[in-house]
Amino acid sequence: MLHDIWVLMVEKGWLLALLRGAGITLLIGFVGVVVGLAAAIPLAILRWRQVPVLSQLVDAYSIIIRGVPGLLVIYLLFFGSVDWVQRIASAFGYADSAENAYPFLIGIIAIAAISCAYSIEVIRGALQAVPIGLLEAARSLSLSPRVTFFRVTLPLALRLALGGINNVWQMTIKDTSLVSVVGMQELMRAAAVAAGITRSPLLFYCLAAAMFFAMTAVSQVLFNRAENHFNRGFSRG
Amino acid sequence: MDFSIVTYAVPFLLVGVKTTLLIAAFGVGLGLPFGILLAKARISQTGTVRKCADFYCAVFRGTPMLVQIFVIYCGLAQIGFIRHNTVLWWLIGDSLHAAILAVILNTGAYTAEIFRTALLSLPRGLIEAAEACGMSPWVVFHRIKFPLALRQALPSYSTEVAVIVKESSLASTITVLEITGYAKRLMSETFAIMDIFIITAVFYLAINVVCLTALHAIERHLSFERHSTR
Repeated sequence: MLHDIWVLMVEKGWLLALLRGAGITLLIGFVGVVVGLAAAIPLAILRWRQVPVLSQLVDAYSIIIRGVPGLLVIYLLFFGSVDWVQRIASAFGYADSAENAYPFLIGIIAIAAISCAYSIEVIRGALQAVPIGLLEAARSLSLSPRVTFFRVTLPLALRLALGGINNVWQMTIKDTSLVSVVGMQELMRAAAVAAGITRSPLLFYCLAAAMFFAMTAVSQVLFNRAENHFNRGFSRG
Repeated sequence: MDFSIVTYAVPFLLVGVKTTLLIAAFGVGLGLPFGILLAKARISQTGTVRKCADFYCAVFRGTPMLVQIFVIYCGLAQIGFIRHNTVLWWLIGDSLHAAILAVILNTGAYTAEIFRTALLSLPRGLIEAAEACGMSPWVVFHRIKFPLALRQALPSYSTEVAVIVKESSLASTITVLEITGYAKRLMSETFAIMDIFIITAVFYLAINVVCLTALHAIERHLSFERHSTR
């Protein structure tokens, strides 16, 4: 039994395939969260400032993406773009490389779009939680709006947003498993391929689960540390 | 938007709505009591019970639901004992049953977290008072702790209900045709990707709005404010 697993994992190289999948999962998740966060900050500011029209549009985007299953968003982006991506790629003579890079790109865009919607809510909540007195103090010191935002509001809001960003990150790592349905070679896909070929789904899916668990557990520990770091000097509620 | 696509797609999606609601109903109906039980286990005095429940919740909250569905549907079916046991095979062998089971097990872990926080936040004095009145632990739980914890937990639980509706979409990956399953099929059939997406999104948003409104009504019904209005 143990020998069989050893042969399967090491000699046939399935463990390596799974680890590579885990690496891709982390990469998609990380890029997705960073891109999502980068897009979410300006959008959240629009919501926070209640800019007419734009604020409602951001709200609609956030409500739709958060109210609809991630799988559906992935189908929309994947099926909805196959056609024109292929056309553009072949127009420039990159049809082959587009075929390979395409699921990866759409996967990242989908994950970023989902994590962005959740990040908007987190950041908006954090911006609103910055005490108004501090902003008034900054204004009375005649700091310019720019300086006030970058030196006062943003640092304080980011501290408050950290817990929420942790939740978004954990959710995103788990959501990356969804892009396996459109053929991205991440951890879940690698496990499915291995399970299909070796006919031992229990082993490989459990292994994939263990790897996902390790990722979320490690990042939880790291975020707890970061939170302790940023909360130094603040009394615990 | 082409109107003929709406008339073509809606009947299919309505069939899907039934399946989605079925999965969600089981997720709430069985997942809620299961989650409350788990929450009780997580604050139990017995170390082993507590550790087991903690471990269960950590695993189900720390891994993607998609992986859980595949472990249950494809993985467990590999074990001969389960295949030959009629009851277990009934649970695992059918894709709809497996999806429902996965949703219940998954939501149980999240529900437990919600109720654990709620139970821990109860004022100690109330429970001491109940104990001083000579109430048995069971009576204390279902007359004092549970009603208070429910009120505390309901706002978070309504978010969880919305999550259940969304997570039920993963059943489509194991061939259960619910809303998302039909949407995928319609997308590859009609190529009207955006139209189908919008129609499907409307269905999901409608389900969520109905669920959240109902839960909000329950929340208002249970809260103190209603009685204090002059």
